[in-house]
Amino acid sequence: MSVFNQSRSRVIQIIFAAVFIVIVAQLINLQAFSPKYRLAAENNAIYRKVIYPDRGIIFDRKKRSLLENTIMFDLVVTPSESRGTDTLTLCNLLNIDTTDYKKRMREIIFKNTSVRPSVFEPLLTPELYAKLNENMYKFPGFILSERSARTYPYSTAGNVLGYIAEVDTGFLRRHADEHYEMGDYAGMTGLERVYEKVLMGQRGIKRLIRDNKSRLQGSFENGLYDTAQIAGKNLYLSLDVELQQMAEKLMTNKVGSVVAIDPKTGGILCMVSAPTYNPNYLTGNQRRKHFAELALDPRLPFNNRALGNKYSPGSTFKTISGIIGLTEGVITERTTVSCPGYFEGCGTGKPKCLDKGVFNFKEAVAFSDNTYFSTVYKRILDQSRYGGADSALKVFNKYAITFGLGHKLGVDLPSEKNGNLPISSYYRKIFGPKWYSCNIISNAIGQGEVQTTMIQLANVMAIIANKGWYYAPHVVDSIEGGDEYNMLDTFKIKHYTDKRIPDSIFDAVQDGMQGVVDFGTAAGRSRIPGIVMCGKTGTVENYDHGIKQQDHSFFGAFAPRGNPKIAIAVICENAGQGAWYAAPIASLLVEKYLRDSITSPERKVQFEELKNTNLIPRLMRLAMNKMDSLKQIKENQLLLQQRMDKESNDTLDGEDGTEQENAKPVTPKSSKDAVPKTKNTAAAILVNEERKNKKISRTI
Amino acid sequence: MNNRNTSISQGIDWVVVWLYAVLVAIGILCIFMVEFKPGTDWMQTFISGKTNYSKQLIFSGVCAVAAIFILLADSKLFTAFANLLYAFGILLMFATFVIGKSINGSKSWIPLGGGFNLQPAELCKIFTALALAKFFSRQETDFSKLKSQIIGVSIALAPAVLSHFQHEDGLALAYLSFFLVLYREGLPPQILIIGTTFGILVVATLILEPNTLAIILTVIAIITIYFLRKPIKRKKNILLLIISLWVLAVGIQRFAVPYIFNNVFECYQSTRIYSMVGKDYDCSMNHHKSKGNEKAARKPDDYNVRQSKIAIGSGELFGKGFLKGTQTRGKYVPEQHTDFIFTSLAEAFGLFGCVIFLGIYLILLNRIIRIAERQRSTFSRVYGYSVASIIFFHITVNVCMTIGLFPIIGIPLPLVSYGGSSLLTFSILIFILIRLDADRQMVLR
Repeated sequence: MSVFNQSRSRVIQIIFAAVFIVIVAQLINLQAFSPKYRLAAENNAIYRKVIYPDRGIIFDRKKRSLLENTIMFDLVVTPSESRGTDTLTLCNLLNIDTTDYKKRMREIIFKNTSVRPSVFEPLLTPELYAKLNENMYKFPGFILSERSARTYPYSTAGNVLGYIAEVDTGFLRRHADEHYEMGDYAGMTGLERVYEKVLMGQRGIKRLIRDNKSRLQGSFENGLYDTAQIAGKNLYLSLDVELQQMAEKLMTNKVGSVVAIDPKTGGILCMVSAPTYNPNYLTGNQRRKHFAELALDPRLPFNNRALGNKYSPGSTFKTISGIIGLTEGVITERTTVSCPGYFEGCGTGKPKCLDKGVFNFKEAVAFSDNTYFSTVYKRILDQSRYGGADSALKVFNKYAITFGLGHKLGVDLPSEKNGNLPISSYYRKIFGPKWYSCNIISNAIGQGEVQTTMIQLANVMAIIANKGWYYAPHVVDSIEGGDEYNMLDTFKIKHYTDKRIPDSIFDAVQDGMQGVVDFGTAAGRSRIPGIVMCGKTGTVENYDHGIKQQDHSFFGAFAPRGNPKIAIAVICENAGQGAWYAAPIASLLVEKYLRDSITSPERKVQFEELKNTNLIPRLMRLAMNKMDSLKQIKENQLLLQQRMDKESNDTLDGEDGTEQENAKPVTPKSSKDAVPKTKNTAAAILVNEERKNKKISRTI
Repeated sequence: MNNRNTSISQGIDWVVVWLYAVLVAIGILCIFMVEFKPGTDWMQTFISGKTNYSKQLIFSGVCAVAAIFILLADSKLFTAFANLLYAFGILLMFATFVIGKSINGSKSWIPLGGGFNLQPAELCKIFTALALAKFFSRQETDFSKLKSQIIGVSIALAPAVLSHFQHEDGLALAYLSFFLVLYREGLPPQILIIGTTFGILVVATLILEPNTLAIILTVIAIITIYFLRKPIKRKKNILLLIISLWVLAVGIQRFAVPYIFNNVFECYQSTRIYSMVGKDYDCSMNHHKSKGNEKAARKPDDYNVRQSKIAIGSGELFGKGFLKGTQTRGKYVPEQHTDFIFTSLAEAFGLFGCVIFLGIYLILLNRIIRIAERQRSTFSRVYGYSVASIIFFHITVNVCMTIGLFPIIGIPLPLVSYGGSSLLTFSILIFILIRLDADRQMVLR
């Protein structure tokens, strides 16, 4: 019996073997010839976590940190583990209601599943953190996770230091080859932007294993392939934080800017663009709100007026005209010109001059005599040896360019403007080929097409102080651990003005500028007892849409004359004569810098007075008022709309008295059914107005 | 019974016992790989009884006790109770329809209390093997007769039919393995050939366009007629046979296969089979669709297979190493400790490990067949073949399922997959064989 059908046993064994061969063949196919599965497994399981290094710290000239890192806390929740949380306590602490809590949870679960940790409330304030930390045991599933944030201990120099922000798609497109990823933070403006490479450091990468729900399980291969992060390098600035703070105080409620330079090095000692903002506003969890507020402010606080605005330099330009006139020999220091109240050379009666009489060069500078410098300018342009106004203007511009005008100085801050030195082709277009000196005579006194930035003006002061050379102004003095990217090289090149200008000519100009402070236009309030300061006032006429506005108050100066340590340029927009505001502000700052403090009582009083003066231009004030009322209308509009929505959604809901109270009656309240339409149109009109106002404020 | 006083180890085939032990050990290690979390004290968790690998260890202890009892029992017991047990098994299966408990959508479990559940269909494999052996060992059975064949097939397939109605098609399918036994005992080979041809035809229907397949079939028929034109001249019947075969094939392809998919299979089963060949199955054609669980039939039904293939494929030649499988640690493969246990092994030890592992199985199967062939009694031989066939079928379907050669069916990998009842069933199957084999010299049954 046992041998019955024995051959079939062989067949069955063959079937077994055949099936196993098929299985092994498929295994070979999968395991030996399909590398895609290895990749697929890695994509599944390996999570590359970017480890951000600490950003570099920024110090001022005395090693005080202006911008450093701090730890802030996020409230992070893993929804699947948050059962049993004391929701009511949490909501009370966070000052939200339970529907808001539920809504956030729903959003988190929708966006990031319920098993992965997500941020519930970012960047907690220290008080909130303390309160939450005490109660954390009541909130299972919630943790406080720390993250690094930037902080500005002195709350100053926002426009210089800049800020970081999360990169957006536009940023990623522009910096495609710099390995940024969504969610990274990068410097957006100021030093944070320019020195991003240095401050950022080098990111590290940690490889972690994650499971099917993207929960992290531990490190991959014990961190064999991980790379360590390298901290960003620190920056040492030439900025003086005390001077900066004082300048900001002096510029409160004014529109304008202050730039002070160390003439010996080109290092910027302070740079204020008023109105400024507290940079710490842009770090916490209210960042978005504050950012919107600042961005909508008609005074444009984000605009760095020291670099990004071009102004007619006004009378401060006379120093340049004078130097060029003296160098070209069209006048000497002893040349006198008399002014009958206006400039006679062109027969138009323009420009006028304030003081009648006869002036030599020094007096002309000291008293800012328009006629004198118009004469000088006209003589330069009319010199027959140049062969016409075109080439004469070229000669003039050649000088001016060596004074750092008409081009960017290369400051290590973003959005620097060129300024403007008009060239002959421009005038040919306007006045035809036969244009002549009288067409452009207002350039002589800095009122024509000539435009400079404040940093250029400060630099001109430094050049006069140095008698003919300068280093390009810059904020960063040195980088810790060396200048790896050669970012500071351009600030080590010494620039000379046209070498034909002898020291005697600079002496003459300095004499005149000393006269400005001692007995000239800025005499009196701007004198610093015991310090020889040279300065030049400027009172710049300006127009908005053809309507004459209050003059800009300008002042450029350097001190002390013998051994110049500070060159400064100040502008207060629409504040009147240079001597009224810009000059005293500059003199206080110079004293502060040279003496470390303001000591004498009368100077202290002067400081307080200037600080408390409100010089916001009329147009801007109007625009601000409009903005405020507009905001209120919008808020009311929103509340009313919410109420309408509520009513239409659920008619059973009772009247909510509190909301009605919140809606302050800026626009007259009307009956419920009439509300929506009228409000909408009102708002639309107002929005248009707002846009107009913005335009106005920009052109001011 | 004069050899009662000798040791129970006498006559035992230790090779099978060792292979059995090795496979169970591999199984526990594989489950350990799946469950292990770094940072836990594995010694402690092994003893605690809370993790699956620890439970499997306990199950294996239970199996060892069961094995000792079986080895101590008299081998006559099995022949004597074979039919009774079979009847009891069938009764239990009917009982599930009354007192059954639904787990994972199949009403095939009988609750035993204390958290334990019994799946009669699983136990019935043993009983069916015994009953089949008993049937063949009867003196009056002549398997060359149609009547005997029908009885044999009925014994094998009765539990399968019942399983199908319990929605346990995986288990039902396992009973098809008895066809190998029937073949060994004299079932005409045509049945196997026809079965295989039918299988190929079904697969071809799935892969190819209906018209293309019809054309191919026609071409094959014409070519066959051309080559057989001389015999056909002599015997017209051959032509008739070919044409009727052709009609049958096209009929199956055109009508039978769609009928099976739309009316016999449930929607999810059809979807799985279609997704195997990379196609979408339109559930709206399925007549089971009105059952209301359309939610379950989500579209990406090949997630399991994809992740399983990734796990196996990423093991490459020598694997990622013990406990280093990222797919396994990340729990990407669903049901990895039960039906997809093979993936954890393949990921950790690669092709090399897989071949050795499958080699162990093949040695075990061959050994069982050798044992079966050396039996003097028909009962033992038929039983031996039953054991080999059941194990073989489970391995084939389970492994093919993980490597994407077979649609997903809940069939465990013998002795390796986590699960007490599955382990116990296979242990009992094997140790009854060892017991019978130990007594092979005794009597003719």
